[in-house]
Amino acid sequence: MISVRNLTHQLGQQTILDDLSLTIPKGKVTALVGANGAGKSTLLSLITRLMKLQDGQILIDNMNVGETPNDALARKLSILPQSIQLEPRLTVRELVSFGRYPHAKGRMQKQDWNKVDEALTVLDLNELADRQLDTLSGGQRQRAYVAMTYAQDTEYMLLDEPLNNMDIAASRSLMRVLRELCEHHGRTIVIVLHDINYASGYADNVVALADGKIDQEGTPLDVVDSAFLHRIYGTDAKVHILDDRPFVQV
Amino acid sequence: MNRVATTLMALLVLLVIATLSLFVGVIDLQPKNLFNPEELELLLVSRLPRTLAVLITGSALAVCGTIIQLLVRNRFVEPMTAGTGQGAMLGILIAILYFPSASLIVQICIAATMALISSIGLMLIVIKLPATKPLYIALVGLIYGGIIGAGVTFVAYQADLLQYIEIWTTGEFSGVLQGRYETLWIAAIVALLAYLIADQFAIVGMGRTTAISLGLNYNQVVVLGLITISIVTALTVVTVGMIPFVGLVIPNIVSRLYGDNARLTLPITAFFGASLVLICDIIGRVVRYPFEIPVGTIMGIIDALIFLWILYGRERHAR
Ligand SMILES: Nc1ncnc2c1ncn2[C@@H]1O[C@H](COP(=O)(O)OP(=O)(O)OP(=O)(O)O)[C@@H](O)[C@H]1O
Ligand SMILES: [Mg+2]
Repeated sequence: MISVRNLTHQLGQQTILDDLSLTIPKGKVTALVGANGAGKSTLLSLITRLMKLQDGQILIDNMNVGETPNDALARKLSILPQSIQLEPRLTVRELVSFGRYPHAKGRMQKQDWNKVDEALTVLDLNELADRQLDTLSGGQRQRAYVAMTYAQDTEYMLLDEPLNNMDIAASRSLMRVLRELCEHHGRTIVIVLHDINYASGYADNVVALADGKIDQEGTPLDVVDSAFLHRIYGTDAKVHILDDRPFVQV
Repeated sequence: MNRVATTLMALLVLLVIATLSLFVGVIDLQPKNLFNPEELELLLVSRLPRTLAVLITGSALAVCGTIIQLLVRNRFVEPMTAGTGQGAMLGILIAILYFPSASLIVQICIAATMALISSIGLMLIVIKLPATKPLYIALVGLIYGGIIGAGVTFVAYQADLLQYIEIWTTGEFSGVLQGRYETLWIAAIVALLAYLIADQFAIVGMGRTTAISLGLNYNQVVVLGLITISIVTALTVVTVGMIPFVGLVIPNIVSRLYGDNARLTLPITAFFGASLVLICDIIGRVVRYPFEIPVGTIMGIIDALIFLWILYGRERHAR
């Protein structure tokens, strides 16, 4: 369980997160949605200690982020950031193998390489495994980074817009992998999504953020309707219910 | 060729060049005459120390070039020109002016400390610059080094020590003799120790976010890297003077051909670096025989050619 208590975050004069409290259940896929600039990445960065906590408390199970050593957290949670800064000159396999660093600390054992192979297979990267990252397409590269996060093999996985640049096949297959990890391996997934239909289709819970506050949370069926879309995104779209899941007509 | 084969080949080539280096010089020395005590002495007192000094300097500086490039995430920065070398010179000046009776080791410590301070300064500036604008960082590095260099010249001018600057800025190995280069072994050891955390440097090269999410103590790795660079640079400047370019050219070649997985590529980097400096040193010994041309001069010409190749050469793709 991730529990966020009274989180307030300011950058300059602007309040990005405003006394936000949230509980993310264990073993579920939670989708974080909200308009551009709502504070989703900021919230994720604080949970994953990429940004320094200003005010409030974040607990992951019973680990207090901010007091727990960095390398212990690296074995507990992994993050796929929204923007990858610069491309290192590495092959896909090398990149994915760095995901094992928190466990192997530079001494890769057999089981570490097995995990790397598993990650490559699950993300359908076997054919690209020996290619240099800078020779891949945007979506292929994104998949390589997801594979690295997968190889880190943590109980909690937090992904900031992982579907960026991915085609529909890759997007659906990634969402299925995440569901599978959650259902059969007890992983907890937090995922920032812009396409509400992916949230509806694959998430157990949807958390909507607006102006640094939680606007609404619950199952997709509870949360997603026309009024919700109007309120959060200021857009009017029809919502249809199919197999107990709401889908936005885009 | 894969990396393991290249590493072995590079080592082999290096050994051949090193052997050659032992027998090239003003005094004729033939392998068959080595049993002659005079010639053996020449080998042990002059040729061997000189060759070892070149090997250590070339390999350690190439390794340091890779480290700084990973830390600042820019391929056009090298310690000698981006402030570390100038910081070391400033340190030596301070040692000469204020602690003239201090031992060599104390002077080296002062030089290394000043080199570290100016490297940290560079790092603090670079952190504020966007990594997506590589030219910014490269130019800022050059200007930063230039400013500290100007400061060094000013202080030296005031203190009437300009002739020292001349010696430090044109590094060369003709003065290396037994008993006058051994401190360089510290540089060799420091570079070897840095290799132990090669993985961490590679991860830091992927950016702060990735480093933290993989559980690395980002600041600690950066500081360890800067300390490594500073010690190696200071020892080089104190012992043989500035040797520019190796730390720039070799990491670029190796990154281009074999990638950035530092644990696998640093040995190649070290062997290439040692070979480059040694080849330049040997050329410097024979071109105007019996006079010598400083290694830095030869290297300037060769490296300009190599750099053109790097800039215009075709990028090598998948293996
Ligand atoms: N370094 C910064 N300085 C000032 N404001 C910032 C900074 N970084 C982000 N912000 C602001 O914080 C707010 C929240 O940003 P955040 O990146 O968390 O949004 P987001 O919900 O992830 O948006 P997106 O969907 O576009 O990724 C935005 O209004 C943004 O302008
Ligand atoms: Mg975001």
